[in-house]
Amino acid sequence: MATPTVHHGAMFDTNELVINMGPQHPSTHGVLRVVLRLDGEKVVDADVVIGYLHRGIEKLSENRNWTQIVLLTDRMDYVAAATNNVGYCETVEKLMQVEVPRRARYVRTILCELQRIASHCLWVGTHAMDIGAMTVFLYAFRERELILDLFEEFCGARLTYNSMRIGGLPQDLPPGWDKKVLQFCDIMDSKVAEYEELLTHNRIWLERTKGVGVILGEEAVALGLSGPPLRGSGVPRDVRKDEPYAAYGEVQFDVPIGTSGDTYDRYLVRLEEFRQSLRIIRQATEGIPEGPIVGKVPRLIKPAAGETYHAIESPKGELGYFIVSDGKSTNPYRFRVRPPSFCNLQALRRLVKGHLIADVVALIGSLDVVLGEVDR
Amino acid sequence: MVDTLVIPLLKIVIVLNATLVAVTYMVLLERKVIAWAQSRLGPMRVGPYGILQPVADAVKLMIKEDITPVRADKWVFTAAPIISMVPALIVYAVIPFGPKITLFGRQVSLYITDINVGLLYIVSVASVGVYGIILAGYASNSKFPLLASLRASAQLISYEVAVTLTLVSVILMAGTLSMVGIVDAQYNQHVWYVIAQPVAFVLVLIGGLAETNRAPFDLPEAEQELTGGFHTEYSGMRFALFFLAEYANMIVVSSVVTTLFLGGWLPPFPNTPALHFLYAIPSWIWFFLKSFFFLYVFIWVRATLPRYRYDQLMRLGWKVLIPLAILNLVVTGIVKVMLM
Repeated sequence: MATPTVHHGAMFDTNELVINMGPQHPSTHGVLRVVLRLDGEKVVDADVVIGYLHRGIEKLSENRNWTQIVLLTDRMDYVAAATNNVGYCETVEKLMQVEVPRRARYVRTILCELQRIASHCLWVGTHAMDIGAMTVFLYAFRERELILDLFEEFCGARLTYNSMRIGGLPQDLPPGWDKKVLQFCDIMDSKVAEYEELLTHNRIWLERTKGVGVILGEEAVALGLSGPPLRGSGVPRDVRKDEPYAAYGEVQFDVPIGTSGDTYDRYLVRLEEFRQSLRIIRQATEGIPEGPIVGKVPRLIKPAAGETYHAIESPKGELGYFIVSDGKSTNPYRFRVRPPSFCNLQALRRLVKGHLIADVVALIGSLDVVLGEVDR
Repeated sequence: MVDTLVIPLLKIVIVLNATLVAVTYMVLLERKVIAWAQSRLGPMRVGPYGILQPVADAVKLMIKEDITPVRADKWVFTAAPIISMVPALIVYAVIPFGPKITLFGRQVSLYITDINVGLLYIVSVASVGVYGIILAGYASNSKFPLLASLRASAQLISYEVAVTLTLVSVILMAGTLSMVGIVDAQYNQHVWYVIAQPVAFVLVLIGGLAETNRAPFDLPEAEQELTGGFHTEYSGMRFALFFLAEYANMIVVSSVVTTLFLGGWLPPFPNTPALHFLYAIPSWIWFFLKSFFFLYVFIWVRATLPRYRYDQLMRLGWKVLIPLAILNLVVTGIVKVMLM
């Protein structure tokens, strides 16, 4: 970056234009603010400003009892609330060494994967919309609606589900629910092909995404990327595969990885994840065992003193919970989340440098951040 | 008196009003077509199937507060939408909706005027409209509109070069600049120019999309990047003028493409005696059907394609379209000389 020359007597520096993208901008996906320093349309530097949606969920959690925290976790990644619930409950179960019944683990797997598809639907829609293809957005929301209906039938809510309990599930599956899930899988198969038809080989889409925001292997790891952005960079890291939780150890699936680490590869990885998720859902739904839905959990949850970290693969990446219990009170002593969106967002500054304004929105979209989770 | 004053004035009034109504209904058509493409219904509340939506839109825009930002250049800010809108309307003066017909025993031509430099008039008047966008971005005294107007000027100027060069090859074919003359030439040469000049047809269509700021070339108003682009600071009727100008320009482009390449008001295969029954349908209906087809294509494209990036757009313009236009012109010239 050339140092800007100072014109004595001139009122403004004419080399760079500083613009504020956000916090109220149609493509920053919430309240993200990016301060761009532009040379013409070229981004010289970008400052990512966060915190507009901070609600202090971690601190709040330290003043709630263990069961109440489940619904606070809904509000982090609010487009993928079920995975947040699962992550938290599993962490507490790990801390308390509670055995979760197999049926509950299978249902959790199904819910997590449905949630992944819902979250990716939202992503593919908004990402395509940012690049100007607005039809995909409505198509993707149409399918997301089907998933929300399934969730509504299971737990009554459509966005913030509060769908897990420590030790298992709040209630058993409604009758016939599994049939509907399988039906949904059949519908979704053709719909993913539809998104692909609109985008994957579209010349403009290729030009807009190929070679944009390249980040590869080591650097991606060093920046703390996880989830699809990391896998798009060619690192085969997936918590579901590497440290299986719920019922992921008992189902077959592949972890798609990219080769060139650009926006297009991140797009392909997520699209393939649609298919892999459907594969997991089919296996889990067909193999769902009978049995209890809640493990042996004391009525008053009060884990013994100790600390634990547990991570799951949320749609955005590695979602980790670090929880400390002092063994005396009925609330956590320390509650800390490793939010994938927050860590992935770190890469934005590195990615946008040297690209054009139009690429900034494409890159924000391709990192797939949710500000509720970034700010917590 | 009647022929020199009353009829022309009457025609102007009819065309102007018809255009404005058509433009407002274009907005509805676009919303409806895109909605159907996206498995939605579109406007359904105002009137049956939302057909009164344009009225509601117009009323809303007229009663909205008309804000001029404090630091804006007041005069230029006011003039910009007018500069955008007026050229888009006066272009219709030379667009032929049909040939001369006999109405109540009087010869009436279905165009306001036929000047011998019709096409040149359209190109030059249409390019004045660009100033509206440039000035709007400049006068707003705001960063996003400024960036958008820079984009707009670069884009419109470069695509105008390509389109105008392409039009020259059509002029070579027809041997006239008059819009009526071009349609007559297609009749006399027994061929629509879409067949004789396929490259030119595609170039003008792409260039037309770019010149009217339509997707996938809608960079100057790219909502997702520039939050609305050059009209970010505009509201109320002034915003509406930009909006209407865009749609009016769309109709202009489809009319021009229809006239130049699809034989204007002529029915399909006008010289085939077996198909002469097609003349039973009035000429202007053929014209509107053909124009409607292009308008539909424009909307369809918008529902389907992502948006180009600024540098890619410029590359496409200067490295693909303009060389192709020149090549097409040269080939047309050579062929024409050889045929003579």
